[in-house]
Amino acid sequence: MIEIKNIYKSFDDVAVLKNVSSQFSPGLTNLIIGRSGSGKTVMLKCILGLHEVDKGEIWYDDRNLVKMHNKERKKIRREIGMVFQGGALFDSLSVAANVRFPLDMFTAMSVKEKQKRVEFCLDHVNIEPSAFRLFPSEISGGMKKRVAIARAIALNPKYLFCDEPNSGLDPETATVIDKLIQDLTKEFQMTTIINTHDMNSVIEIGESVLFISKGEVGWQGTNKEILHSGNEKLNDFIFANKLYAQMREEGEAAGFGRKQG
Amino acid sequence: MLSRVIRRPEKHKMYFRQLFHEIDSLGVNSVWIVIIISVFIGGIMTIQFAYSMANPIYPRTLIGLGTRDTLILEFSSTMIALIMAGKIGSNITSEIGTMRVTEQIDSLEIMGINSASYLILPKIVAVVFIFPFLYIISVFFGLLGGLVTGPVTGVVSVTDYIAGIQWLFYPYYVTFSLIKSLFFGFIVASVPAYYGYYVQGGALEVGSASTKAVVNTNILILLFDLILTRLLLT
Repeated sequence: MIEIKNIYKSFDDVAVLKNVSSQFSPGLTNLIIGRSGSGKTVMLKCILGLHEVDKGEIWYDDRNLVKMHNKERKKIRREIGMVFQGGALFDSLSVAANVRFPLDMFTAMSVKEKQKRVEFCLDHVNIEPSAFRLFPSEISGGMKKRVAIARAIALNPKYLFCDEPNSGLDPETATVIDKLIQDLTKEFQMTTIINTHDMNSVIEIGESVLFISKGEVGWQGTNKEILHSGNEKLNDFIFANKLYAQMREEGEAAGFGRKQG
Repeated sequence: MLSRVIRRPEKHKMYFRQLFHEIDSLGVNSVWIVIIISVFIGGIMTIQFAYSMANPIYPRTLIGLGTRDTLILEFSSTMIALIMAGKIGSNITSEIGTMRVTEQIDSLEIMGINSASYLILPKIVAVVFIFPFLYIISVFFGLLGGLVTGPVTGVVSVTDYIAGIQWLFYPYYVTFSLIKSLFFGFIVASVPAYYGYYVQGGALEVGSASTKAVVNTNILILLFDLILTRLLLT
């Protein structure tokens, strides 16, 4: 589990995060949502330790990241998998080599064991063996995301972070990526945090949703509750898309998914 | 940045693999361009020396001597470094800069890898290692260029040219230039790496960082050339 307690973060006297607290449970897809500039990316970077918080605590199970030295942080980072918005695959490495990279760097596995693990991870994200030798520039956006997920799970992480994993993807591929992340989260019982402003993802896989508004916690709940929260700021965010306003009116919120739409 | 670059690597084997890759891509791939430029410049210098020493009072052996000393002292170390700043330097800035703007460097950091060290150290070591070899190759092929061009154009005979390049040879000139090439190798790898590592924005900024890197690398090479010449040669 990851828990953040009363975190504050500012840049040049501009407060970006103000007293944010939340819990992210293992085995659930935890979503952070909010408008652009609301502070959700800063929050994700704070949780990852890429930004130092001004005040507050960030707990990875029983370990407080804020009090950790660099060496301890490095250790914890080996328990983290991260999927970046653009995939962030290494251009000079093939698909298989990208997934093998963390194994080469941090394990003492034999070549055969590594190969097996690479095949296992790529198989889990439905990448055909024929694509193993391709380079990132030769594969589609959706495939890049899947390879990035495979790389993120290569070291069997306890914590998985995804920064807008389906941005730039068509709705069908986006659904596949969402479902994939949710399935892997359940299968490996990871603590998964997804940063998104895609409402389809929220409705589909938002088992726990944290809404950030102007650097503060605006609302917290599940995808089942989100359309009927009664929270004005959250409603402004969600119902900017008329489809969801219509959904609420029609009372179809429960169980609504992209495919049904 | 340098303090991060020289920190202990996470896994030596991976760094060595990266080092050999860099020696190949930055160094070995530059050999052909060094050979081509050196052969032509060697030939051109021989003709120009012959032209400026047309007066029969000068012995023809001076043509070989002039070509040799210019190649050894300045061209093969400094000029090749300036050319390599354009070729290798822009390559390093654009590669690392692209990795920065496409979050590949963040990805390394999140994995717990010292990205500065993993990406930059092998490049610096590779370029510093390969530069003295490029220098020697350049001197050799420059002299060869003169040897071919001189007799073919009729400005100097093979015997005079060879006698000239053997005349008044000071091995210290080579040592001096080898020392220079080590400094230049470090500048050619580290300055562009710095610009690439700290680039912010997108493709446009990577391009502009590349230009800045090459310009500043060239200025630093010339500055260090002046300083080292003053310190080591006078």
